[in-house]
Amino acid sequence: MICEEYILASTVEEALAALASLRGEGRLIAGGTDLMLQLQRGERSVRCLVDITRIPGIDEIKLEDSYIIIGAATTFAQIERSSLIRQRAPVLAEAASWVGSPQIRNVGTLAGNVVNAQPAADGSIALLTLDAEAEIANLTGRQWVPVASLFVSPGVSRVDASAEMITAFRFRAHGPRESSAFERQARRKALSLPIINVGVRVLLNAEGTHVRDVRICIGPVAPVPFRAQQAEAALRNRAIDEDAITEAVEAAVLESKPRSSLLRAGKEYRRELIRVLTRRALLRAIAAARG
Amino acid sequence: MAKTYPLKMNLNGKEVQVEVSASATLADVLREQLGLIGTKIGCEEGECGACTVLIDGQAVNSCIYPAMKAAGRRVLTIEGLAKNGELHPVQRAFIEHGAIQCGYCTPGMVLSAVALLGQNPHPTEDEIRRALAGNLCRCTGYIQIIEAIQDVAGRSQG
Ligand code: FES
Ligand code: FES
Repeated sequence: MICEEYILASTVEEALAALASLRGEGRLIAGGTDLMLQLQRGERSVRCLVDITRIPGIDEIKLEDSYIIIGAATTFAQIERSSLIRQRAPVLAEAASWVGSPQIRNVGTLAGNVVNAQPAADGSIALLTLDAEAEIANLTGRQWVPVASLFVSPGVSRVDASAEMITAFRFRAHGPRESSAFERQARRKALSLPIINVGVRVLLNAEGTHVRDVRICIGPVAPVPFRAQQAEAALRNRAIDEDAITEAVEAAVLESKPRSSLLRAGKEYRRELIRVLTRRALLRAIAAARG
Repeated sequence: MAKTYPLKMNLNGKEVQVEVSASATLADVLREQLGLIGTKIGCEEGECGACTVLIDGQAVNSCIYPAMKAAGRRVLTIEGLAKNGELHPVQRAFIEHGAIQCGYCTPGMVLSAVALLGQNPHPTEDEIRRALAGNLCRCTGYIQIIEAIQDVAGRSQG
């Protein structure tokens, strides 16, 4: 038994009202590619599923002022194909192209990825790299909060899908001399969770010789998607040369705490991958930012 | 007992209405209620693609797709591909290239290929492999399947 009732909500308010009347026995469903498995395996039980994917506008990608706004039920396939995201936030387009399989990307959503709170979720790592915010709607209103504040522990997010919802994500589109990249290693190129994934974003000076600002995010090396701040500090305001890149990469290896997993990889191999993938992502992002 | 709802969808070109349980997946409804058993169930967890159907032209895994999500959508299953007794070009190419052995993966493979060619009529080999990455085949080794799809793409070039 998956659920007893199923509601296709047509507004955010209707979805929230339905959840309120279910008093914790309801749960939002977007694509359902993770949730349906959890329900089928009996890892979760709900009385009523409240589907948000038919709410008008909830699957739109738009540019407003200098912000890219992505509706919560936008699928990975839409993100992967969006020319706006490919050009002005490539880390997210690249991350989306790695999720699951074509069938999963056609249905799975960015909000689902975040609410599921896996430390190596490709979408979450990319959003963290972009300093993205999420708009949370509940009965008290709507507010924008940093995506980084939403992760509690593996599988647990701060968004209570039985009472509130993410309606959209927003982040600044890359400007001049700014770019980003995503790298990932897994056992095969589809339908496998990352052994390590890395998102990098760099902002260079006008001449393209120095790093002004940088984000380096890595999964799964902590209970939640991880931002490698020491690695970032090693690069910020530095001239771009081999020494600076190596220092940053080694700092990332040192501050990450990958665990051995029987099925995916040992921690030693994961550390080596952090070294290799962080370097690749940095070099690619820097080259793209130089244009 | 789960509640039931009337589900209206366009199935293989025809408007249908069927009473479905809140708890049903699209694969359940197609196979158990509508008798369309060309849609196969392999893993039942979104890993193998045997249950692939197209929703508004896009491949989805019907084993983890709530039936209610199909409301108002165009659903295409393997049964809807042949027209007037003529197989779809992708189906014919699969036969001609020996891309079918036990046949269990075939409906899903064919539909993933049809979705790809609908969006990208002349894919590269790499694009074909990516489009089929969610469909497992335990028999053919994939080569004949890829050749069959390349053949259809080449023919439509004219
Ligand atoms: S049966 Fe649906 S993906 Fe395997
Ligand atoms: S032909 Fe047997 S699984 Fe593909």
